[in-house]
Amino acid sequence: MIVAEQKPLQEIKALISNAQNVLVVGCGTCVTVCFAGGEREAAILAASLRMSTRLDGKPQEIRHETVQRQCEWEYLDQIAELVQQADIVLSLGCGIGVQAIAEHFPQKWVVPGLNTTFLGLPSEQGVWVERCAACGDCILGLTGGICPIARCSKSLLNGPCGGSEDGHCEISPDTPCAWQLIYDRLLSMDKLHLLMEIQPPKNWRTSRDGGPRKIVREDLRLPTKEE
Amino acid sequence: MSDQTTLEQKAHSNGYLAGSNLERVLRAGHFAVTAELGPPQSADAQVIRQKAALLRGYCDAVNITDNQTAIVRMSSIGAAAIALQEGLEPVMQMTCRDRNRLAMQSDLLGAYALGLRNVLCLTGDHQSFGNHPQAKNVFDMDSIQLIHMVAAMRDEHVFECGDPLKGAEPRFFIGAAAAPFAGPVEFRPYRLGKKVKAGANFIQTQLVYDVEAFSKFMEKVRALGLHEQTFILAGVGPLKSPTMARYMQQQVPGILVPDALIERMEAAGAPWAGKKKEELTKEDKKARTVAWQQEGIQICIELIQQLRQIKGVSGVHIMAIEWEEAVKPIVEGAGLYPRPQVN
Ligand code: SF4
Ligand code: SF4
Repeated sequence: MIVAEQKPLQEIKALISNAQNVLVVGCGTCVTVCFAGGEREAAILAASLRMSTRLDGKPQEIRHETVQRQCEWEYLDQIAELVQQADIVLSLGCGIGVQAIAEHFPQKWVVPGLNTTFLGLPSEQGVWVERCAACGDCILGLTGGICPIARCSKSLLNGPCGGSEDGHCEISPDTPCAWQLIYDRLLSMDKLHLLMEIQPPKNWRTSRDGGPRKIVREDLRLPTKEE
Repeated sequence: MSDQTTLEQKAHSNGYLAGSNLERVLRAGHFAVTAELGPPQSADAQVIRQKAALLRGYCDAVNITDNQTAIVRMSSIGAAAIALQEGLEPVMQMTCRDRNRLAMQSDLLGAYALGLRNVLCLTGDHQSFGNHPQAKNVFDMDSIQLIHMVAAMRDEHVFECGDPLKGAEPRFFIGAAAAPFAGPVEFRPYRLGKKVKAGANFIQTQLVYDVEAFSKFMEKVRALGLHEQTFILAGVGPLKSPTMARYMQQQVPGILVPDALIERMEAAGAPWAGKKKEELTKEDKKARTVAWQQEGIQICIELIQQLRQIKGVSGVHIMAIEWEEAVKPIVEGAGLYPRPQVN
Protein backbone atom coordinates (compact mmCIF):
# COMPACT_ATOMS: atom_id res chain seq x y z
CA MET A 1 0.00 0.00 0.00
CA ILE A 2 0.89 3.65 -0.22
CA VAL A 3 1.96 4.78 3.24
CA ALA A 4 1.57 8.37 4.35
CA GLU A 5 1.48 10.40 7.54
CA GLN A 6 -0.31 13.56 8.47
CA LYS A 7 1.48 16.89 8.29
CA PRO A 8 1.78 18.85 11.56
CA LEU A 9 -1.35 20.84 12.39
CA GLN A 10 0.53 24.15 12.20
CA GLU A 11 1.67 23.44 8.66
CA ILE A 12 -1.87 22.46 7.62
CA LYS A 13 -3.27 25.62 9.19
CA ALA A 14 -0.80 27.73 7.24
CA LEU A 15 -1.80 25.99 4.00
CA ILE A 16 -5.50 26.82 4.49
CA SER A 17 -5.14 30.13 6.32
CA ASN A 18 -6.57 32.31 3.55
CA ALA A 19 -9.76 30.30 3.02
CA GLN A 20 -13.15 30.77 4.67
CA ASN A 21 -14.75 27.49 3.61
CA VAL A 22 -12.51 24.46 3.79
CA LEU A 23 -13.39 20.98 2.57
CA VAL A 24 -11.33 18.16 4.07
CA VAL A 25 -11.41 15.14 1.76
CA GLY A 26 -10.37 11.75 3.11
CA CYS A 27 -9.66 8.65 1.07
CA GLY A 28 -10.99 5.19 1.82
CA THR A 29 -8.11 3.13 0.47
CA CYS A 30 -4.38 3.04 1.34
CA VAL A 31 -4.34 6.02 3.68
CA THR A 32 -7.29 4.60 5.58
CA VAL A 33 -5.41 1.39 6.23
CA CYS A 34 -2.35 3.29 7.46
CA PHE A 35 -4.51 5.54 9.67
CA ALA A 36 -3.39 8.77 8.02
CA GLY A 37 -6.27 10.06 5.90
CA GLY A 38 -9.37 7.88 6.17
CA GLU A 39 -12.89 8.77 7.25
CA ARG A 40 -11.89 8.81 10.91
CA GLU A 41 -8.78 10.96 10.42
CA ALA A 42 -10.70 13.40 8.19
CA ALA A 43 -13.34 13.86 10.91
CA ILE A 44 -10.74 14.31 13.66
CA LEU A 45 -8.69 16.75 11.62
CA ALA A 46 -11.78 18.79 10.71
CA ALA A 47 -12.74 19.00 14.40
CA SER A 48 -9.21 19.99 15.43
CA LEU A 49 -9.06 22.69 12.79
CA ARG A 50 -12.46 24.01 13.78
CA MET A 51 -11.44 24.23 17.42
CA SER A 52 -7.99 25.58 16.74
CA THR A 53 -9.09 28.31 14.33
CA ARG A 54 -11.84 29.33 16.77
CA LEU A 55 -9.30 29.58 19.61
CA ASP A 56 -7.15 31.71 17.35
CA GLY A 57 -10.09 34.08 16.98
CA LYS A 58 -10.35 33.40 13.24
CA PRO A 59 -12.88 30.62 12.93
CA GLN A 60 -13.02 28.90 9.53
CA GLU A 61 -15.91 26.86 8.11
CA ILE A 62 -14.54 23.30 7.96
CA ARG A 63 -16.49 20.45 6.38
CA HIS A 64 -15.29 16.96 5.64
CA GLU A 65 -16.13 14.10 3.31
CA THR A 66 -14.43 10.84 2.44
CA VAL A 67 -14.46 9.11 -0.94
CA GLN A 68 -13.62 5.50 -1.57
CA ARG A 69 -10.66 6.33 -3.85
CA GLN A 70 -9.40 9.84 -4.53
CA CYS A 71 -7.35 8.60 -7.46
CA GLU A 72 -10.32 7.75 -9.68
CA TRP A 73 -12.53 10.27 -11.45
CA GLU A 74 -15.82 8.49 -10.78
CA TYR A 75 -15.40 8.77 -7.03
CA LEU A 76 -14.46 12.42 -7.28
CA ASP A 77 -17.63 13.15 -9.24
CA GLN A 78 -19.57 12.23 -6.10
CA ILE A 79 -18.14 15.22 -4.20
CA ALA A 80 -18.34 17.77 -7.04
CA GLU A 81 -21.01 19.84 -5.30
CA LEU A 82 -19.16 20.02 -1.96
CA VAL A 83 -15.98 20.96 -3.79
CA GLN A 84 -17.76 23.78 -5.62
CA GLN A 85 -19.00 25.22 -2.31
CA ALA A 86 -15.53 25.27 -0.73
CA ASP A 87 -12.80 27.91 -1.15
CA ILE A 88 -10.13 25.33 -0.72
CA VAL A 89 -9.83 21.55 -0.65
CA LEU A 90 -7.57 19.98 1.93
CA SER A 91 -6.88 16.50 0.63
CA LEU A 92 -6.04 13.69 3.00
CA GLY A 93 -5.29 11.42 0.09
CA CYS A 94 -1.79 10.49 -0.98
CA GLY A 95 -0.01 12.74 -3.46
CA ILE A 96 -1.94 11.01 -6.23
CA GLY A 97 -5.25 11.90 -4.63
CA VAL A 98 -4.26 15.55 -4.26
CA GLN A 99 -3.30 15.71 -7.93
CA ALA A 100 -6.44 13.91 -9.04
CA ILE A 101 -8.52 16.58 -7.29
CA ALA A 102 -6.46 19.38 -8.87
CA GLU A 103 -6.87 17.81 -12.29
CA HIS A 104 -10.56 17.05 -11.91
CA PHE A 105 -11.50 20.44 -10.46
CA PRO A 106 -9.21 22.83 -12.37
CA GLN A 107 -10.85 25.90 -10.80
CA LYS A 108 -10.27 24.79 -7.24
CA TRP A 109 -7.18 25.30 -5.08
CA VAL A 110 -6.16 22.04 -3.39
CA VAL A 111 -3.51 21.50 -0.72
CA PRO A 112 -2.04 18.31 0.81
CA GLY A 113 -2.71 17.35 4.42
CA LEU A 114 -0.39 14.33 4.27
CA ASN A 115 3.20 13.59 3.46
CA THR A 116 3.18 10.60 1.13
CA THR A 117 6.09 8.57 2.37
CA PHE A 118 6.59 5.20 0.71
CA LEU A 119 5.22 1.96 -0.67
CA GLY A 120 5.21 -0.53 2.14
CA LEU A 121 3.38 -2.57 4.70
CA PRO A 122 2.61 -2.62 8.41
CA SER A 123 5.27 -4.84 9.97
CA GLU A 124 3.54 -4.75 13.33
CA GLN A 125 0.75 -2.70 14.88
CA GLY A 126 1.70 0.95 14.49
CA VAL A 127 4.85 0.35 12.43
CA TRP A 128 5.09 0.69 8.65
CA VAL A 129 8.14 -0.14 6.57
CA GLU A 130 9.17 0.55 3.00
CA ARG A 131 9.21 -2.35 0.57
CA CYS A 132 9.22 -1.14 -3.03
CA ALA A 133 10.53 1.87 -4.94
CA ALA A 134 8.51 1.14 -8.10
CA CYS A 135 11.67 0.85 -10.18
CA GLY A 136 9.74 -0.56 -13.12
CA ASP A 137 11.91 -3.65 -13.59
CA CYS A 138 11.42 -5.98 -10.68
CA ILE A 139 14.43 -8.06 -9.64
CA LEU A 140 12.89 -9.76 -6.62
CA GLY A 141 13.34 -13.08 -8.44
CA LEU A 142 17.10 -12.72 -8.02
CA THR A 143 17.08 -11.60 -4.42
CA GLY A 144 14.72 -14.02 -2.74
CA GLY A 145 11.83 -11.59 -2.54
CA ILE A 146 13.74 -8.87 -0.69
CA CYS A 147 14.16 -5.60 -2.57
CA PRO A 148 17.64 -4.05 -2.52
CA ILE A 149 16.47 -1.00 -4.47
CA ALA A 150 14.06 0.11 -1.76
CA ARG A 151 15.63 -1.53 1.28
CA CYS A 152 19.39 -1.11 0.82
CA SER A 153 20.34 2.46 1.71
CA LYS A 154 22.52 2.62 -1.40
CA SER A 155 20.31 0.55 -3.73
CA LEU A 156 23.24 -1.77 -4.36
CA LEU A 157 22.83 -4.67 -6.76
CA ASN A 158 25.96 -6.53 -5.69
CA GLY A 159 25.87 -5.92 -1.97
CA PRO A 160 26.49 -6.03 0.91
CA CYS A 161 28.79 -3.04 1.22
CA GLY A 162 31.48 -2.81 3.88
CA GLY A 163 29.16 -0.99 6.28
CA SER A 164 26.99 -3.99 7.10
CA GLU A 165 27.47 -5.14 10.67
CA ASP A 166 25.52 -7.44 12.98
CA GLY A 167 22.68 -7.47 10.48
CA HIS A 168 22.12 -3.73 10.40
CA CYS A 169 22.89 -1.07 7.86
CA GLU A 170 25.69 1.45 8.36
CA ILE A 171 23.19 4.29 8.49
CA SER A 172 21.58 3.16 11.75
CA PRO A 173 21.35 0.25 14.18
CA ASP A 174 17.57 0.39 13.63
CA THR A 175 17.82 -0.25 9.91
CA PRO A 176 18.23 -3.86 8.88
CA CYS A 177 20.83 -4.41 6.15
CA ALA A 178 18.85 -5.56 3.12
CA TRP A 179 21.80 -7.54 1.82
CA GLN A 180 22.19 -9.41 5.10
CA LEU A 181 18.50 -10.31 4.80
CA ILE A 182 18.99 -11.39 1.19
CA TYR A 183 22.06 -13.43 2.13
CA ASP A 184 20.25 -15.17 4.99
CA ARG A 185 17.25 -15.98 2.88
CA LEU A 186 19.22 -17.30 -0.09
CA LEU A 187 21.34 -19.36 2.30
CA SER A 188 18.27 -20.88 3.94
CA MET A 189 16.76 -21.63 0.52
CA ASP A 190 20.01 -23.11 -0.78
CA LYS A 191 20.24 -20.50 -3.51
CA LEU A 192 23.47 -18.69 -2.67
CA HIS A 193 24.68 -19.22 -6.23
CA LEU A 194 22.42 -16.30 -7.16
CA LEU A 195 24.71 -14.00 -5.17
CA MET A 196 27.83 -15.14 -6.99
CA GLU A 197 26.72 -13.65 -10.32
CA ILE A 198 27.75 -10.07 -11.02
CA GLN A 199 24.64 -8.01 -11.63
CA PRO A 200 25.25 -5.43 -14.38
CA PRO A 201 24.38 -1.76 -13.88
CA LYS A 202 20.65 -1.29 -13.66
CA ASN A 203 18.74 0.29 -16.50
CA TRP A 204 17.12 3.12 -14.58
CA ARG A 205 15.03 4.20 -17.57
CA THR A 206 12.09 2.18 -16.27
CA SER A 207 12.41 4.03 -12.98
CA ARG A 208 11.68 7.73 -12.46
CA ASP A 209 15.01 8.51 -14.13
CA GLY A 210 13.42 7.91 -17.53
CA GLY A 211 10.93 10.73 -16.95
CA PRO A 212 7.30 10.48 -15.82
CA ARG A 213 6.00 7.03 -16.59
CA LYS A 214 2.92 5.83 -18.34
CA ILE A 215 1.40 2.47 -19.17
CA VAL A 216 -0.89 2.07 -22.18
CA ARG A 217 -2.83 -1.20 -22.48
CA GLU A 218 -4.31 -1.28 -25.95
CA ASP A 219 -6.30 -4.39 -25.05
CA LEU A 220 -8.18 -2.45 -22.40
CA ARG A 221 -8.67 0.87 -24.16
CA LEU A 222 -12.10 1.89 -25.31
CA PRO A 223 -12.53 2.30 -29.06
CA THR A 224 -12.28 5.93 -30.17
CA LYS A 225 -15.43 7.58 -31.58
CA GLU A 226 -14.24 7.64 -35.20
CA GLU A 227 -13.93 3.84 -35.30
CA MET B 1 50.16 -15.41 -11.42
CA SER B 2 47.91 -18.13 -12.68
CA ASP B 3 46.12 -15.86 -15.10
CA GLN B 4 49.32 -14.36 -16.43
CA THR B 5 48.20 -15.04 -19.98
CA THR B 6 45.01 -13.07 -19.56
CA LEU B 7 46.94 -10.27 -17.96
CA GLU B 8 49.38 -10.24 -20.83
CA GLN B 9 46.62 -10.28 -23.38
CA LYS B 10 45.08 -7.27 -21.71
CA ALA B 11 48.41 -5.58 -21.25
CA HIS B 12 49.60 -2.64 -23.23
CA SER B 13 52.60 -2.93 -25.54
CA ASN B 14 54.88 -2.24 -22.58
CA GLY B 15 53.67 -5.42 -20.91
CA TYR B 16 51.75 -3.62 -18.17
CA LEU B 17 48.06 -3.01 -17.73
CA ALA B 18 48.65 0.57 -16.72
CA GLY B 19 52.37 0.78 -16.06
CA SER B 20 51.87 2.64 -12.81
CA ASN B 21 54.62 2.48 -10.22
CA LEU B 22 52.32 0.46 -7.97
CA GLU B 23 51.74 -2.11 -10.72
CA ARG B 24 55.44 -2.34 -11.47
CA VAL B 25 56.40 -2.80 -7.84
CA LEU B 26 53.77 -5.48 -7.32
CA ARG B 27 54.47 -7.35 -10.54
CA ALA B 28 58.17 -7.36 -9.73
CA GLY B 29 57.25 -9.28 -6.59
CA HIS B 30 58.08 -6.58 -4.04
CA PHE B 31 56.06 -6.17 -0.86
CA ALA B 32 54.20 -2.97 -1.67
CA VAL B 33 53.44 -0.01 0.55
CA THR B 34 50.62 2.42 -0.09
CA ALA B 35 49.60 5.30 2.12
CA GLU B 36 46.71 7.69 2.29
CA LEU B 37 46.37 11.44 1.86
CA GLY B 38 43.15 13.21 2.73
CA PRO B 39 42.51 16.38 0.71
CA PRO B 40 41.66 19.56 2.67
CA GLN B 41 38.19 21.02 3.20
CA SER B 42 39.39 24.02 1.23
CA ALA B 43 40.97 25.01 -2.06
CA ASP B 44 44.44 25.19 -0.50
CA ALA B 45 46.95 23.32 -2.68
CA GLN B 46 49.63 23.94 -0.08
CA VAL B 47 48.05 21.41 2.27
CA ILE B 48 48.50 18.66 -0.32
CA ARG B 49 52.10 19.74 -0.94
CA GLN B 50 52.93 19.63 2.77
CA LYS B 51 51.39 16.20 3.23
CA ALA B 52 53.05 14.95 0.06
CA ALA B 53 56.44 15.97 1.44
CA LEU B 54 55.85 13.72 4.46
CA LEU B 55 55.02 10.71 2.28
CA ARG B 56 57.41 11.07 -0.65
CA GLY B 57 59.82 8.17 -0.83
CA TYR B 58 58.02 6.17 1.85
CA CYS B 59 55.33 4.54 -0.26
CA ASP B 60 54.83 3.23 -3.77
CA ALA B 61 51.56 5.04 -4.23
CA VAL B 62 49.24 7.16 -2.15
CA ASN B 63 45.46 7.01 -2.03
CA ILE B 64 43.71 10.32 -2.47
CA THR B 65 40.34 10.02 -0.79
CA ASP B 66 37.09 11.06 -2.45
CA ASN B 67 34.89 13.13 -0.09
CA GLN B 68 35.73 10.66 2.64
CA THR B 69 32.96 9.99 5.16
CA ALA B 70 30.76 12.13 2.91
CA ILE B 71 32.38 15.39 3.95
CA VAL B 72 33.09 17.86 1.16
CA ARG B 73 36.77 18.13 0.38
CA MET B 74 38.94 19.09 -2.56
CA SER B 75 38.20 16.63 -5.37
CA SER B 76 40.19 13.46 -5.53
CA ILE B 77 41.26 14.24 -9.10
CA GLY B 78 42.37 17.77 -8.27
CA ALA B 79 44.29 16.72 -5.20
CA ALA B 80 45.77 13.73 -7.04
CA ALA B 81 47.02 15.96 -9.85
CA ILE B 82 48.81 18.13 -7.27
CA ALA B 83 50.26 15.08 -5.53
CA LEU B 84 51.56 13.91 -8.90
CA GLN B 85 53.32 17.26 -9.42
CA GLU B 86 54.89 16.71 -6.02
CA GLY B 87 56.44 13.45 -7.14
CA LEU B 88 53.98 11.02 -5.56
CA GLU B 89 52.07 8.40 -7.43
CA PRO B 90 48.38 8.82 -6.61
CA VAL B 91 45.67 6.21 -6.35
CA MET B 92 42.57 8.20 -7.17
CA GLN B 93 39.66 7.02 -5.08
CA MET B 94 36.26 7.13 -6.74
CA THR B 95 32.99 6.49 -4.98
CA CYS B 96 29.59 5.74 -6.47
CA ARG B 97 27.81 8.04 -4.04
CA ASP B 98 28.29 11.38 -5.77
CA ARG B 99 28.38 10.65 -9.51
CA ASN B 100 26.41 8.76 -12.10
CA ARG B 101 27.97 6.71 -14.89
CA LEU B 102 28.33 9.73 -17.18
CA ALA B 103 30.25 11.74 -14.60
CA MET B 104 32.39 8.78 -13.55
CA GLN B 105 33.47 7.99 -17.08
CA SER B 106 34.25 11.58 -17.94
CA ASP B 107 36.23 11.92 -14.71
CA LEU B 108 38.16 8.76 -15.59
CA LEU B 109 39.06 10.22 -18.98
CA GLY B 110 40.11 13.52 -17.42
CA ALA B 111 42.07 11.85 -14.64
CA TYR B 112 43.99 9.69 -17.08
CA ALA B 113 44.73 12.70 -19.28
CA LEU B 114 46.15 14.44 -16.20
CA GLY B 115 48.54 11.54 -15.70
CA LEU B 116 46.77 9.48 -13.04
CA ARG B 117 47.29 5.74 -13.42
CA ASN B 118 45.62 4.02 -10.44
CA VAL B 119 42.00 4.13 -9.38
CA LEU B 120 40.33 2.63 -6.33
CA CYS B 121 36.67 1.84 -6.97
CA LEU B 122 34.45 2.25 -3.91
CA THR B 123 30.78 2.23 -3.08
CA GLY B 124 31.20 5.20 -0.74
CA ASP B 125 29.92 5.94 2.74
CA HIS B 126 26.29 6.95 2.96
CA GLN B 127 25.85 10.74 2.94
CA SER B 128 24.11 10.61 6.32
CA PHE B 129 27.59 10.35 7.91
CA GLY B 130 28.84 13.59 6.46
CA ASN B 131 28.21 17.29 6.46
CA HIS B 132 25.49 17.27 3.78
CA PRO B 133 23.04 14.66 5.02
CA GLN B 134 20.30 16.51 3.06
CA ALA B 135 21.96 15.62 -0.23
CA LYS B 136 20.46 13.31 -2.81
CA ASN B 137 22.75 10.35 -3.30
CA VAL B 138 23.45 8.82 -6.68
CA PHE B 139 24.46 5.15 -6.49
CA ASP B 140 23.69 4.77 -10.18
CA MET B 141 26.22 1.93 -10.04
CA ASP B 142 27.90 -0.02 -7.27
CA SER B 143 31.60 -0.61 -6.75
CA ILE B 144 31.63 -3.94 -8.58
CA GLN B 145 29.92 -2.44 -11.61
CA LEU B 146 32.36 0.49 -11.49
CA ILE B 147 35.34 -1.88 -11.49
CA HIS B 148 33.92 -3.64 -14.51
CA MET B 149 33.31 -0.36 -16.31
CA VAL B 150 36.89 0.85 -15.75
CA ALA B 151 38.22 -2.51 -16.94
CA ALA B 152 36.04 -2.48 -20.05
CA MET B 153 37.18 1.04 -20.94
CA ARG B 154 40.78 -0.13 -20.68
CA ASP B 155 40.60 -3.64 -22.12
CA GLU B 156 37.71 -3.51 -24.55
CA HIS B 157 37.79 0.19 -25.40
CA VAL B 158 34.10 0.64 -24.77
CA PHE B 159 32.00 2.95 -22.68
CA GLU B 160 29.48 1.51 -20.27
CA CYS B 161 26.73 1.88 -22.87
CA GLY B 162 28.71 -0.27 -25.30
CA ASP B 163 29.74 2.56 -27.63
CA PRO B 164 33.34 2.24 -28.79
CA LEU B 165 35.88 4.51 -27.17
CA LYS B 166 37.70 6.03 -30.11
CA GLY B 167 41.18 7.38 -29.49
CA ALA B 168 43.29 6.90 -26.39
CA GLU B 169 41.68 4.69 -23.77
CA PRO B 170 42.24 5.35 -20.04
CA ARG B 171 44.58 2.62 -18.80
CA PHE B 172 44.17 2.37 -15.05
CA PHE B 173 45.56 -0.13 -12.59
CA ILE B 174 42.26 -0.98 -10.95
CA GLY B 175 41.84 -1.28 -7.22
CA ALA B 176 38.99 -2.28 -4.95
CA ALA B 177 38.38 -2.42 -1.24
CA ALA B 178 37.67 -5.47 0.89
CA ALA B 179 36.03 -5.49 4.31
CA PRO B 180 37.00 -8.89 5.74
CA PHE B 181 35.13 -8.39 9.03
CA ALA B 182 31.92 -6.76 7.86
CA GLY B 183 28.71 -8.76 7.78
CA PRO B 184 27.92 -11.39 6.67
CA VAL B 185 31.50 -12.53 7.37
CA GLU B 186 31.10 -15.84 5.53
CA PHE B 187 30.24 -14.02 2.32
CA ARG B 188 33.22 -11.63 2.37
CA PRO B 189 35.70 -13.85 0.48
CA TYR B 190 33.09 -14.41 -2.21
CA ARG B 191 32.39 -10.72 -2.51
CA LEU B 192 36.11 -10.21 -2.97
CA GLY B 193 35.92 -12.89 -5.65
CA LYS B 194 33.24 -10.90 -7.44
CA LYS B 195 35.45 -7.83 -7.39
CA VAL B 196 38.34 -9.80 -8.83
CA LYS B 197 36.08 -11.28 -11.49
CA ALA B 198 34.88 -7.78 -12.35
CA GLY B 199 38.49 -6.76 -12.95
CA ALA B 200 40.15 -5.63 -9.70
CA ASN B 201 43.94 -5.81 -10.11
CA PHE B 202 44.69 -4.91 -6.52
CA ILE B 203 42.80 -4.91 -3.26
CA GLN B 204 43.21 -2.71 -0.20
CA THR B 205 41.51 -4.06 2.90
CA GLN B 206 39.78 -2.32 5.75
CA LEU B 207 42.00 -1.77 8.82
CA VAL B 208 43.32 -5.02 10.29
CA TYR B 209 44.15 -5.20 13.98
CA ASP B 210 43.07 -8.79 14.55
CA VAL B 211 45.68 -10.79 12.65
CA GLU B 212 44.14 -14.12 13.58
CA ALA B 213 40.74 -13.20 12.16
CA PHE B 214 42.43 -11.83 9.05
CA SER B 215 44.42 -15.05 8.61
CA LYS B 216 41.19 -16.99 8.59
CA PHE B 217 39.82 -14.66 5.93
CA MET B 218 42.97 -15.11 3.88
CA GLU B 219 42.69 -18.89 4.17
CA LYS B 220 39.36 -18.74 2.37
CA VAL B 221 40.72 -16.21 -0.11
CA ARG B 222 43.54 -18.61 -0.95
CA ALA B 223 41.14 -21.54 -1.20
CA LEU B 224 39.31 -19.55 -3.87
CA GLY B 225 42.64 -18.82 -5.59
CA LEU B 226 42.02 -15.07 -5.42
CA HIS B 227 45.52 -14.20 -4.20
CA GLU B 228 46.81 -15.46 -7.54
CA GLN B 229 44.51 -13.26 -9.56
CA THR B 230 44.89 -9.99 -7.68
CA PHE B 231 47.37 -8.30 -5.34
CA ILE B 232 46.07 -8.01 -1.79
CA LEU B 233 47.31 -5.16 0.39
CA ALA B 234 46.33 -5.46 4.04
CA GLY B 235 45.09 -2.25 5.63
CA VAL B 236 46.91 -1.03 8.74
CA GLY B 237 46.84 2.16 10.74
CA PRO B 238 48.53 3.48 13.88
CA LEU B 239 46.32 3.85 16.93
CA LYS B 240 46.53 7.33 18.47
CA SER B 241 45.15 6.72 21.93
CA PRO B 242 43.22 4.13 23.96
CA THR B 243 40.07 6.20 23.40
CA MET B 244 40.46 6.00 19.64
CA ALA B 245 41.13 2.27 19.87
CA ARG B 246 37.99 1.72 21.91
CA TYR B 247 35.94 3.91 19.61
CA MET B 248 37.04 1.85 16.62
CA GLN B 249 36.33 -1.37 18.46
CA GLN B 250 32.83 -0.32 19.40
CA GLN B 251 31.64 2.17 16.81
CA VAL B 252 33.23 1.61 13.44
CA PRO B 253 31.57 -1.17 11.43
CA GLY B 254 33.85 -3.85 10.04
CA ILE B 255 36.85 -3.22 12.32
CA LEU B 256 37.95 -5.69 14.98
CA VAL B 257 40.30 -4.34 17.67
CA PRO B 258 41.45 -7.04 20.11
CA ASP B 259 41.33 -6.09 23.81
CA ALA B 260 45.03 -6.89 24.11
CA LEU B 261 45.89 -3.96 21.83
CA ILE B 262 43.70 -1.59 23.79
CA GLU B 263 45.43 -2.75 26.97
CA ARG B 264 48.82 -2.08 25.38
CA MET B 265 47.72 1.44 24.52
CA GLU B 266 46.48 1.94 28.07
CA ALA B 267 49.74 0.62 29.50
CA ALA B 268 51.66 3.14 27.39
CA GLY B 269 49.80 5.90 29.20
CA ALA B 270 50.12 4.22 32.62
CA PRO B 271 52.46 6.81 34.19
CA TRP B 272 49.69 9.37 33.82
CA ALA B 273 46.77 7.06 34.54
CA GLY B 274 44.34 7.66 37.40
CA LYS B 275 45.01 11.37 37.43
CA LYS B 276 42.28 13.91 36.92
CA LYS B 277 42.45 16.33 34.02
CA GLU B 278 43.31 19.24 36.34
CA GLU B 279 46.22 17.35 37.84
CA LEU B 280 47.95 16.96 34.48
CA THR B 281 50.17 19.80 33.32
CA LYS B 282 50.45 20.73 29.67
CA GLU B 283 53.78 18.92 29.59
CA ASP B 284 52.23 15.80 31.13
CA LYS B 285 49.55 15.70 28.48
CA LYS B 286 52.07 16.17 25.73
CA ALA B 287 54.29 13.42 27.09
CA ARG B 288 51.32 11.09 27.36
CA THR B 289 50.28 11.81 23.77
CA VAL B 290 53.80 11.05 22.60
CA ALA B 291 53.88 7.82 24.60
CA TRP B 292 50.57 6.73 23.09
CA GLN B 293 51.66 7.63 19.59
CA GLN B 294 54.91 5.73 19.95
CA GLU B 295 53.05 2.66 21.12
CA GLY B 296 50.53 3.06 18.27
CA ILE B 297 53.35 3.19 15.75
CA GLN B 298 55.08 0.21 17.37
CA ILE B 299 51.89 -1.85 17.23
CA CYS B 300 51.46 -0.90 13.59
CA ILE B 301 55.01 -2.04 12.79
CA GLU B 302 54.39 -5.38 14.51
CA LEU B 303 51.11 -5.82 12.64
CA ILE B 304 52.89 -5.26 9.33
CA GLN B 305 55.51 -7.84 10.25
CA GLN B 306 52.82 -10.38 11.13
CA LEU B 307 50.71 -9.65 8.07
CA ARG B 308 53.74 -10.01 5.84
CA GLN B 309 54.00 -13.65 6.91
CA ILE B 310 50.52 -14.46 5.64
CA LYS B 311 50.58 -16.13 2.26
CA GLY B 312 48.78 -14.08 -0.34
CA VAL B 313 49.43 -10.70 1.26
CA SER B 314 51.33 -8.62 -1.32
CA GLY B 315 51.71 -5.41 0.62
CA VAL B 316 50.26 -3.04 3.16
CA HIS B 317 48.07 -0.01 2.90
CA ILE B 318 48.89 2.41 5.72
CA MET B 319 45.99 4.61 6.74
CA ALA B 320 47.29 7.44 8.90
CA ILE B 321 44.80 10.09 7.89
CA GLU B 322 45.60 13.50 9.40
CA TRP B 323 48.74 11.90 10.87
CA GLU B 324 50.89 11.57 7.78
CA GLU B 325 54.03 12.05 9.95
CA ALA B 326 53.52 8.53 11.25
CA VAL B 327 54.12 6.87 7.87
CA LYS B 328 57.88 7.44 7.86
CA PRO B 329 58.64 5.77 11.21
CA ILE B 330 56.23 2.92 10.41
CA VAL B 331 57.78 2.16 7.03
CA GLU B 332 61.30 2.46 8.42
CA GLY B 333 60.47 0.46 11.51
CA ALA B 334 58.95 -2.32 9.44
CA GLY B 335 62.13 -2.56 7.37
CA LEU B 336 60.33 -1.41 4.24
CA TYR B 337 62.56 1.58 3.54
CA PRO B 338 63.90 2.46 1.02
CA ARG B 339 61.17 1.68 -1.48
CA PRO B 340 62.20 -0.29 -4.56
CA GLN B 341 62.72 1.41 -7.91
CA VAL B 342 61.29 -0.67 -10.73
CA ASN B 343 61.68 0.54 -14.28
S1 SF4 C 1 12.90 -4.43 -7.65
FE1 SF4 C 1 11.83 -2.56 -8.26
S2 SF4 C 1 9.71 -3.17 -8.60
FE2 SF4 C 1 10.73 -4.85 -7.47
S3 SF4 C 1 10.26 -4.42 -5.32
FE3 SF4 C 1 12.21 -3.43 -5.76
S4 SF4 C 1 11.72 -1.34 -6.41
FE4 SF4 C 1 9.84 -2.53 -6.44
S1 SF4 D 1 24.85 -1.79 5.04
FE1 SF4 D 1 23.53 -3.12 3.83
S2 SF4 D 1 21.63 -1.96 3.51
FE2 SF4 D 1 23.17 -0.53 4.25
S3 SF4 D 1 24.02 0.34 2.38
FE3 SF4 D 1 25.35 -1.39 2.92
S4 SF4 D 1 24.49 -3.15 1.83
FE4 SF4 D 1 22.95 -1.53 1.78
